[in-house]
Amino acid sequence: MIPAAFEYVAPASVEEALAALAEHGDDAKIIAGGQSLLPVLRMRLNAPEWVIDLGRIASLRGIRDGGDHLAIGAMTTHHDVGQDPLVHEHALLVSKAITHLADAQVRHRGTFGGALAHADPAGDLGAPALALGSTFVVQGPGGTREVPAEEFFVDLFETAISEDEILTEVRVPKHDGWGAAYEKFVRIAHQWPIVAVAATVRMDGDAIAEARVGLTNMGSTPVRARATEAALSGVPATEEGVAAAAALAAEGTNPPSDLNGDADYRRHLATVLTRRAVLTAAGRG
Amino acid sequence: MTRISLTVDGQQVVDDVEPRMLLVQYLREKLGKTGTVVGCDTSNCGACTVHLDGRSVKSCNVLAVQADGAAVTTIEGLAGDDGTLHPVQEAFRECHGLQCGFCTPGMIMQTVDLLAENPSPSEEAIRLGLEGNLCRCTGYHNIVRAVQHAAGVSAGSTSSAGEGATA
Ligand SMILES: Cc1cc2nc3c(=O)[nH]c(=O)nc-3n(C[C@H](O)[C@H](O)[C@H](O)COP(=O)(O)OP(=O)(O)OC[C@H]3O[C@@H](n4cnc5c(N)ncnc54)[C@H](O)[C@@H]3O)c2cc1C
Ligand code: FES
Ligand code: FES
Repeated sequence: MIPAAFEYVAPASVEEALAALAEHGDDAKIIAGGQSLLPVLRMRLNAPEWVIDLGRIASLRGIRDGGDHLAIGAMTTHHDVGQDPLVHEHALLVSKAITHLADAQVRHRGTFGGALAHADPAGDLGAPALALGSTFVVQGPGGTREVPAEEFFVDLFETAISEDEILTEVRVPKHDGWGAAYEKFVRIAHQWPIVAVAATVRMDGDAIAEARVGLTNMGSTPVRARATEAALSGVPATEEGVAAAAALAAEGTNPPSDLNGDADYRRHLATVLTRRAVLTAAGRG
Repeated sequence: MTRISLTVDGQQVVDDVEPRMLLVQYLREKLGKTGTVVGCDTSNCGACTVHLDGRSVKSCNVLAVQADGAAVTTIEGLAGDDGTLHPVQEAFRECHGLQCGFCTPGMIMQTVDLLAENPSPSEEAIRLGLEGNLCRCTGYHNIVRAVQHAAGVSAGSTSSAGEGATA
């Protein structure tokens, strides 16, 4: 219930936070919204000596129009991202996924960057961020670097952010006019999905011109359903056309088996949810 | 120890706390505000819901030091100074939106937040808005009715067929 004792610092700038990280290294843990970290500390699955709070760094909050992309500050809460008209207009898939993420109280605290840095394979933001081809801006002692989504997710709870770095911003390329849907399959309310599918499509008349499909909890990281994406291009947005492409959704995935379902069950779920998500994104749901 | 200074239910407080102290612990153990309760160990139940700078949060999943400089409202700060119940408290009483009452502080705090954002929610919006609050007694129907009653939208029209004690 109560975390082990730790020292606490709440720096006012990214530079100060990086200095604290450099000083305490291995013994330190960053806290953003705390919605994943605090449960871990309370169960004593982790006991850092220092907790560095990013909550006082104003520059990490907010959403900026970057021209061809939206720049989402790492500390912007799920609630604020979900309500943002710019996100709705330019990256509808993100808005759709956030509607299904956790519950209202958790969305008021949990942050966009925190959820992505946490890299839970069942987390709801990885698949949309990957499907939209996002870039992750990471700052460290040596300056800032940009990591493409394909390289950001490394493994279960592991990202390309190294121990002396902080995720500052996520750049999501604009997908104006693309339809979007997030189909999440859960056993109980306000929880992580057994499998979820993030789909966004650009229509050309009655046909799908281009599609991006990201899968949640179908492996140790979010993955793109590449075979489905390729099969969807130029296909009429009909039940049959989409179902044939969706049948390929689990190709190349390596889903886990657990109490909620074994790997084969998840592969099946992925094809069903992909069909639904793509049809909905295409306005045929 | 870290010094924190915040407003709780309208009163300014200053304290030295261990950084690991949870906000709910601070409220209950330091300030004696036991109206806010702890129902789980996993941040799932929502019984501990309070408002932090006007937004609902699970106070078992926030550190007291994170609330430094903030305004916190608990269930104990909702009623008027003369004891007049808040309209949402009144609605839960009126509609019998509780049985054992353990989830009620959290349900009421979350309802106040929900109605601030969406003053006339549909039944579905109410159920989604209360997704993070678990009740082991009521089956939720009377809770949904209470929220509708508080919102002044047609109470008694939830999907359950039973007749509610609603006005
Ligand atoms: C009851 C409940 C239900 C939930 N349901 C869902 C759900 O359905 N779907 C879902 O996706 N999530 C769910 N979550 C998790 C939620 O999305 C968290 O908000 C999110 O996973 C973590 O974000 P945070 O800001 O709270 O990060 P924290 O918990 O503060 O941090 C998480 C991890 O990321 C690291 N970190 C955070 N920010 C940075 C940064 N800027 N740079 C480098 N490292 C950083 C921290 O060190 C820590 O290891 C749920 C949580 C709860 C409590
Ligand atoms: S006690 Fe906080 S969510 Fe259960
Ligand atoms: S009234 Fe008993 S838990 Fe809700």
